[in-house]
Amino acid sequence: MLGRLLSKQETLVGITLLGLCLLIGAINPVFWTPGNWFDLARSATVMGIFAIGVLIVLISGGIDVSFTAIAVFSMYSTTVLLRNLNYQGGMWLFFLISALIGLGLGLINAFFIARFRLPTLIVTLGTQSMFRGFLLFVIGSRIIRDIPPGMAEYSRAFLFTVTDERGVTVGLHSAVLWLVAIAVLAFVILRYTMLGRSIYALGGSREAAERVGFNVTLTQVFIYAFVGVLAGIAGMIYGGLNRQANAQDIVGQELDVIAATVLGGASIMGGRGSVIGTLLGVMLVVVMSNSLVLMGIPATWQRVVIGAIIIIGTAVPVLRTLRQQRRAVRVETEGESLAPAGGRA
Amino acid sequence: MTVQDVLTRPTQWTRLLIRDGNLVRLFIACVLIFVTMSLLRPAVFPTIENFRSMGSQFPEIGILAIAIMIAMLTGGIDLSVVSIANLSGVLAALFIRAVIPADAPPVVVALGLLGAIVIALASGVLFGLINGLLVARVGLTPILATLGTMTLYTGINVVITRGNAVFAENRLVFIGNTYLFDLIPIPLLIFAIVAAAVSVILNKTGFGLKLYLIGSNEKAARFSGIDVPKTLIGAYVLSGLLAAIVAIIFLGRNNSAKWDFAPSYVLQAILVAVLAGVNPAGGSGRIAGIVLAILALQFISTGLNMLLLAVSGGQFFREFAWGALLLIIMVINYYSERRRGRT
Amino acid sequence: MQQPFLSLTNISKAYGGVKALEDVSLTVYPGEIHCLVGENGSGKSTLIKIIAGVVQPDSGRIVINGKERQSLRPMDAIAEGIEVIYQDFSLFPNLSVAENIALSHELAQRKRWVNWREVRAIATEAMRKVNVSLDLDALVGDVPVADKQLVAICRALVQNARLIIMDEATTALTEREIRALFDVINNVKRGGVAVLFVSHKLDEVLAIADKALIIRNGRVVVDADARELDRSKMTYYMTGRDIEESMFEWRGDPEAPPLLEVRHLTSRGNFSDVSFELRSGEILGITGLLGSGRTELALALFGVQPADSGEIRIAGKPVSIRSIQDAIANGIGYVPEDRLTEGLFLERSIANNLVARTLDNLRSKGPLLDADRVKTQITEWVRRLSIKTPNPELPAKSLSGGNQQRVVLAKWLASKPRVLILNGPTVGVDVGSKSELHEIIKRLAGEGLGVIIISDDIPELMQTCNRILLMRRGRIVEQFERKDLTEADLTHHLVAV
Repeated sequence: MLGRLLSKQETLVGITLLGLCLLIGAINPVFWTPGNWFDLARSATVMGIFAIGVLIVLISGGIDVSFTAIAVFSMYSTTVLLRNLNYQGGMWLFFLISALIGLGLGLINAFFIARFRLPTLIVTLGTQSMFRGFLLFVIGSRIIRDIPPGMAEYSRAFLFTVTDERGVTVGLHSAVLWLVAIAVLAFVILRYTMLGRSIYALGGSREAAERVGFNVTLTQVFIYAFVGVLAGIAGMIYGGLNRQANAQDIVGQELDVIAATVLGGASIMGGRGSVIGTLLGVMLVVVMSNSLVLMGIPATWQRVVIGAIIIIGTAVPVLRTLRQQRRAVRVETEGESLAPAGGRA
Repeated sequence: MTVQDVLTRPTQWTRLLIRDGNLVRLFIACVLIFVTMSLLRPAVFPTIENFRSMGSQFPEIGILAIAIMIAMLTGGIDLSVVSIANLSGVLAALFIRAVIPADAPPVVVALGLLGAIVIALASGVLFGLINGLLVARVGLTPILATLGTMTLYTGINVVITRGNAVFAENRLVFIGNTYLFDLIPIPLLIFAIVAAAVSVILNKTGFGLKLYLIGSNEKAARFSGIDVPKTLIGAYVLSGLLAAIVAIIFLGRNNSAKWDFAPSYVLQAILVAVLAGVNPAGGSGRIAGIVLAILALQFISTGLNMLLLAVSGGQFFREFAWGALLLIIMVINYYSERRRGRT
Repeated sequence: MQQPFLSLTNISKAYGGVKALEDVSLTVYPGEIHCLVGENGSGKSTLIKIIAGVVQPDSGRIVINGKERQSLRPMDAIAEGIEVIYQDFSLFPNLSVAENIALSHELAQRKRWVNWREVRAIATEAMRKVNVSLDLDALVGDVPVADKQLVAICRALVQNARLIIMDEATTALTEREIRALFDVINNVKRGGVAVLFVSHKLDEVLAIADKALIIRNGRVVVDADARELDRSKMTYYMTGRDIEESMFEWRGDPEAPPLLEVRHLTSRGNFSDVSFELRSGEILGITGLLGSGRTELALALFGVQPADSGEIRIAGKPVSIRSIQDAIANGIGYVPEDRLTEGLFLERSIANNLVARTLDNLRSKGPLLDADRVKTQITEWVRRLSIKTPNPELPAKSLSGGNQQRVVLAKWLASKPRVLILNGPTVGVDVGSKSELHEIIKRLAGEGLGVIIISDDIPELMQTCNRILLMRRGRIVEQFERKDLTEADLTHHLVAV
């Protein structure tokens, strides 16, 4: 049992993260202050929500590069709409509308993927381009800074605040609750519902999933609709935290999010991945890139470090499974070479 | 009909077009877009002036698409091409600044520029080699390996330049401004040479055929005695080299190189390759497809620009149209495959 | 007479103009083991898919349990108690053994939530029925192939199945496991479950069937009591002809030095102290059960999994084989057993496949290929091995199994190897093409090629080899001259423990 736990990518990322925290904390005690951790949580929220969407797509054997376009589309159009309506109310309506727009765009992805069985990468490449082009051309391309009051206030919606010894007040932003809620929801869906198991089954073997009687089309519709909703919410949080709606923002981050998710143990080939691992992967990237300055490394090194993390982080499990395979090859070769052979009637 | 007859018949090209449905549809799309735009804007679209302008716009994306196609043929992908182009460009620009004084005699300038180009190409080869080693020797999934090196190369670029643009002292702008016979822009010429050369490599050399075979079935390739790691490394090196050629065009056009130039080109180049009919799973794809795809996209972009000139943000409509064209072609492919399956 | 569980009447199905099934009728009674026999491409798979609801027939009646079914979907078939164990198992490599076993049951119950304790309980119960014990938490992708097959069987039994269809269920099992599987089948049969057993291994069919349905080219040839059939009758019905093959006799020079000598070759955990020699023009059979080390030996000679110690000599000279490239440099070729995943480039043209091995030899000056020589080589081998295709530019997947195997063979022959190792040269090839392939192999040996055939197909070994080595637990335990041997002897030696 312990062996199985230790061989998991999640455990490895968790240990690395812990070691990294201890190291940074030893170099600069500021790391362990509430202010720093509130910052980390804030940075991790949007990426975390995106990553959970990416996780679900990856488990099902797909890949989605359009979620950033959905996020910025939903956020910006919602802001434009409510600003034109002169809406004075709270943030909830922003979230609701943005999530609904995200749902609609996600369903467009689902339509092409499930109806025409097109490769997910191709569809989402196309829709990313379409969504962003439509947003910038039809809805608008300038940065909106005079956002409605409800959205402006959201940037100060702290769960609680603490005042440190220097008298600076820092707060934990409530957006982190979204991440927690979405993570719990995704965990429950993936682990305890037949829908969630159908996502794993689809990623394991599409043909087998159809043969045992899963409705694969429905599963795919759910996946891309769900990712759309998550993107809508995350986009709105992003706009709220930055106190502006920038139509040219967010798109371009998709590959970073996919990298963090894979770092957390999700397989790019499908079938494998967990919510815990994904959160750890996101935290690893966030802690690393936010803490360089704390460690006295110039901020310009940020990308070098993240690139190195991605390469090393993906190389370690590969090299490890290679070693395991070399051991296992003795048992398997004979059988493996036989399995798909035999009469194909 | 004997085997000999089939192989020696002169109508290879027409047969190819008939067999490769995607290529035919692309060709039709290309012609349709061209004719439509010409009819809608007869005064400006079908003109020499416009051809000159269009011809100078797409070569970078076109070459990047060819670079990505080479990786895709083997069943991989190269996300790092733009970061290689930017970093090679920065290195070349730094070299120009360092060795060519403002009042240098022409010989020094010529030698210096030659050196800069060699440095760009050599660094492109080196970065491609790193990608190849990660994929072929370490065994990383190409999408992850090149995602990592993309970030790494960009990061190195930021560290070297502290995030600033590096200017090339107007030494290479002739590449962006000169027209051969007053008609063909130099970047277009470079694109044509690259396309022709890669086409020869893919169709007439053992290395090219090996790329297709590996993409079709890597295990069978290994069992046929093909040195798979060596060939894969070759593919990524070639891809890096093409990215470095793009670096020189970038310098010729912008007179500067910067770490965050044109990040959206990565996905756009993939879009071109996929539209061209390159199978992301490997094993099939043609240069002819890339040429047709990039032409179709360029006609759409320019045409829409002319139609929407009065509207603000017309340049963004291009993005929408590209995505739409990709999906439309894929859906048409779906229906024609299905029809063929039935009859 | 009791009511049949399943009755198909005049089922026809065409794919794009090609008739896969024509007027096929089949009746299966509870507690009956019905064998479905036919060559590859005879329509067996299509028939199974129709019964499973995966494919809809163009015409014909399907009656299950006395009820006529207009359109049958996979869920309906499962609800009626029809369970299919596919040739490729259709398992989820990324899920645990327990979940693989219980999943379809949970689905059939239209559950929305997963109760993990129940999943384990269902899996445990299923394993008890089959009388096996597997690690419930292991991922299916990590367990050996035989265990995968057992998982597939357990999954079928969970469902209170009324009819279990086994599509080539024994390909991955050892002799002992096959016998255990037959016990399981006889067990469920006594419980009133019907079994439709699909196989091309005639011995198995004769061992277990109550009834046999033989189809050829989509039509039923025989639907008879299994007791009325024997091996030669079945071959005749399957192929529509009697196949007579001549024995192979080695006519080489016994004084000449051996082409290949293997001395004390050892690969830890795979095989040990293997010694033999191969002379020019010989066809040497190496046989043994699954796990005997026969495939590992071939892979070691071909450099895929180099041996740890021992000596290999080619024409008297010691050579070191550490990689495929080494083996090729020494004139050793290898035709893998699974031509689809290891031998062929299915999507690429036949022409591409034929030159894949020899690309480096087909260069003119410089890096370019010599188009004329490429063309000549392709034409020559299409002709010499009579590969049946209208155009070598067509993809390899357009060929039949036997012709595909010829392409793989030709790819190697073009490189003029001195020793050719054939691992299961006719696996999945129909009976007719099989004997043609055997003739080609014998002809090649006649031209001086040294051939090693790795196979557990005893008739094949008897027809092609002049010498046969028997491997057991990684060692060569016996050596036979073909002329001193009968089929029954060899079978006896092979399965003796």
